[in-house]
Amino acid sequence: MYPPLPNPTVTPSAPKLSDKNLMRRSASTVPQGESMQQVAKLIDTSKCIGCKACQTACLEWNNLREEVGVNAGSYTNPHDLTTASWTLMRFTEWVNPETQDLEWLIRKDGCMHCADPGCLKACPSPGAIVQYTNGIVDFVKDNCIGCGYCVKGCPFNIPRISKAEGKAYKCSLCSDRVAVGQGPACAKACPTQAIVFGPKEDMKKHAEGRIKDLKSRGYKNAGLYDPPGVGGTHVMYVLHHADKPQIYAGLPNNPVISPLVEVWKGAVKYAGLAAIGAVAALGFLHHAVSGPNRVSREDEEAAKRLAEGKS
Amino acid sequence: MADSEVAPGDGIHPGDPVKVDRYTAGARINHWITAASLVLLAISGLALFHPSLFFLTALFGGGSWTRVIHPWLGVILFFGFFGLFLRFWKLNLWKREDGTWMAKIRDVIAGHDENLPELGKYNAGQKMVFWSMSALILVLITSGIVIWDQYFGPYFTVTQKRVAVLVHAGAAVAAICVWIVHVYAAIWVRGTISAMTRGQVTGGWAWRHHRKWLRDLVTRH
Repeated sequence: MYPPLPNPTVTPSAPKLSDKNLMRRSASTVPQGESMQQVAKLIDTSKCIGCKACQTACLEWNNLREEVGVNAGSYTNPHDLTTASWTLMRFTEWVNPETQDLEWLIRKDGCMHCADPGCLKACPSPGAIVQYTNGIVDFVKDNCIGCGYCVKGCPFNIPRISKAEGKAYKCSLCSDRVAVGQGPACAKACPTQAIVFGPKEDMKKHAEGRIKDLKSRGYKNAGLYDPPGVGGTHVMYVLHHADKPQIYAGLPNNPVISPLVEVWKGAVKYAGLAAIGAVAALGFLHHAVSGPNRVSREDEEAAKRLAEGKS
Repeated sequence: MADSEVAPGDGIHPGDPVKVDRYTAGARINHWITAASLVLLAISGLALFHPSLFFLTALFGGGSWTRVIHPWLGVILFFGFFGLFLRFWKLNLWKREDGTWMAKIRDVIAGHDENLPELGKYNAGQKMVFWSMSALILVLITSGIVIWDQYFGPYFTVTQKRVAVLVHAGAAVAAICVWIVHVYAAIWVRGTISAMTRGQVTGGWAWRHHRKWLRDLVTRH
């Protein structure tokens, strides 16, 4: 068992997360912030009992209200992530082809807090998305313009745009709790320790123990999901079938920022402005070299003769 | 005359200098609505295209307002340009002399209009601006709808939106380049701008740059 984080002291202390700890800031540059210990949330799908305490704790802590929905034949409720539900237990009934056993796969979905965040890369608004040196990727509501570019940048289909507010929402990894030395609300609420939070290296070590245990129980493909395509993530999974992440309600096998987004936010951004500048410069150059194309007195005379000759 | 270079509203007024009606009041209003929306679209679009230009969102009341207004401006541009398209498409059809004009592009650039063939109401350069803008605006409105999340978000997949946003940016850059060519040509060829401000050009201008159009006007007069 990974020891749970102790309760906070009652004496106020300065927040540990601030603008001084920024690693990246959308559509702008920041000086390299003070380094911090890398944190991570580890979600052990094999220990999850599907109680949804994490979903409730998330709503509770972040003061969110989910609408009453309808049953669509699955325990997954609501049906998808929303602007209020930043985390969602996704339930999959999967028949293992080797054993013919029905396995109930439950994955707590939400922001993965990528080391190389596609949302931040795509965001056009300075400071609307920030990445702290401890690995947390956070949306800053005041700077968000609701354009939805983060949705296009995200390899995990996580951000949701509020129609009413025109702002993007997703899991903050409880940056406000982490700032005062606490773990995320979901981890706090989890009754089986399927969700644990701590330094990323500790989480990897803890995962190793879990994987060893799962392998001893016959899950020979048990493993850690920390996808290298996005530089690793600060939310990781222990999967009993780590060779097939996609069976867990479409968890991407090898998530990467879409090459379309890379081109759009890379080459096109610079080539586009360069092309516009070049065409404008050619205009100035041409005018400077050949001068204006003026109508001469002879042209006017000729037109006059033509007009009078006929009229 | 089936092959006339004259559009409805074109006319000629003898005098010194000769005055030629090139654009009706309706065409001019239509043009300037389209022009204004295109300029505002370029500014608001560029603001969201490159971080160094994000400050331009202040002109529209901030980032959120820029995001809200931009697509509506696009709707105005689309219908505005559609009006221009209906007015101008026929005289922008490619003619044999346009090939000759293109072959003598060096004389065009040097301003040696005396070496160029007699042209109708539009030269090949103007026609290319017209057709490329027509195509680009069609691409822009189509890709724009795919990424207009507020109203069309649920109808398209994320992959379609990624393609659309890339196509939209590329087409917008091309459209801005075409727009620069259009504006520059109007400035470089002196006497052109009055066609869109007052509706008239001088006879000499028509003689120098669009002699076939002038001849057709005189014949019809």
